[in-house]
Amino acid sequence: MALSRDEIREGLSDILEEVAGVNPDDVADDKSFTDDLDVDSLAMVEVVVAAEEKFGVKIPDDEVANLKNVGDAVSYIEKG
Amino acid sequence: MTEVVVTGLGATTPLGGDVASTWEALVAGRSGVGPLEQEWAQELPVRIAAQLVVEPSEVLPRVRLRRLDRSEQIALIASQQAWEDAGLSDDLDTERLGVVFGSGIGGALTLLEQDDILEEKGARRVSPFTVPMLMPNGPAAVVGLEFGARAGVHAPTSACATSAEAISWATDMIRAGRSDVAIAGGAEAVIGGLPMAGFASMKAMSTRNDEPERASRPWDTDRDGFVMGEGAGALVLERREHAEARGATIYAVIAGSGMTSDGFDIVQPDPECHGGGRAMRAAIRQAGVDKRDVGHVNAHATSTPVGDMAEVKGVKREIGDHVVLTGTKSMTGHLLGGAGAVESIATIMALHDGVIPPTINLENPDPELDLDVAANEARKVDLVAAINTGFGFGGHNAAVLFTKP
Repeated sequence: MALSRDEIREGLSDILEEVAGVNPDDVADDKSFTDDLDVDSLAMVEVVVAAEEKFGVKIPDDEVANLKNVGDAVSYIEKG
Repeated sequence: MTEVVVTGLGATTPLGGDVASTWEALVAGRSGVGPLEQEWAQELPVRIAAQLVVEPSEVLPRVRLRRLDRSEQIALIASQQAWEDAGLSDDLDTERLGVVFGSGIGGALTLLEQDDILEEKGARRVSPFTVPMLMPNGPAAVVGLEFGARAGVHAPTSACATSAEAISWATDMIRAGRSDVAIAGGAEAVIGGLPMAGFASMKAMSTRNDEPERASRPWDTDRDGFVMGEGAGALVLERREHAEARGATIYAVIAGSGMTSDGFDIVQPDPECHGGGRAMRAAIRQAGVDKRDVGHVNAHATSTPVGDMAEVKGVKREIGDHVVLTGTKSMTGHLLGGAGAVESIATIMALHDGVIPPTINLENPDPELDLDVAANEARKVDLVAAINTGFGFGGHNAAVLFTKP
């Protein structure tokens, strides 16, 4: 069964906390990874790899540049 | 010549998580060496080492730990302590702040761990922090970033002479007018299968696996090699006028230093200690002190058959037979790139407190040992000047001479 957006966001939030120390309370669809959550480009690499493993999706490198905020990432993972 | 003083000390070692606890254990003559209980160690010829008392995870936040090699973690911890001890504030002109911080081997544990990930899970799973974690200038860079140092961040790499050299280079940096303050030191954390096996294959390490606390025994007839240790030491060095202007407490003066090379062998020490002796002579000459005033040498003394006695010849020839020697590696094990910094801190504390920490396990002195060693018990001595030496694979020699403020 496909995961809901809320479930994906929650999973993503766990990853962000684990690899980048982001407070789960700060994670929302409109939050920018770089500007709001302080996830730099190296940390983003870790987030992407962890998300691929957790959600069983492929996120190609040229797609990562389009994932500006949490909502973008949730939508991409939702599409599978 | 510009006078350089020491205003801050920091350390995390196999004897304690800071300078106070490390110094207390050194004076008490406690060994930091123990058995390696980890599974990876059980098939190795050497299964003893001197491991940190306080794990970096007890001090640094989790996400910070993930992105730093263990050597970088302890470099940061020791430097934070030294910075706080020096009472430096955030309004320091960081364009006048330098860092000289080394490591003998660098992030070898990160290299091995990430290589396992590469083999087992593929290239995409290799951490994007791998390179900044394993590069040998990593500890220096991490310390430099922590305090925003902008005068220059340098990373000498000269094996076991690394952090004695770092203190010398940092002193030169201030003397040359390139900075007012410099954080100097070294860190090493390579207690792992491959580094241990490599040193063991060289027959450089003690195999006294059944008596870890008695394994490191400089100048004893039954010494059979060094004991690997992990740890870091950091010193805040400062131009005297700069320190005095801000009312800083001064531990000691770095009156002189010397660095030479053997041109002899990649790993064997020169049995006559010519190069090491020249480093001591250079430090004494630069300091302008009478060599009879150098009352104490914290020797490199790693507990190896050749090196320990070679250094005795060098000390006797260049300084004289009035010196009281000690070998604190008998307690800390050999911290490789961290050794010179931690032992310089011990030398400074000896000068400051008038107490020379003991060389433990010196039960049957080598028959050729004809210098006075603070054997097995701390020695109260009022000191004017003291030297720390550090020698490394590759034939690197460093000597740093400290005097009272």
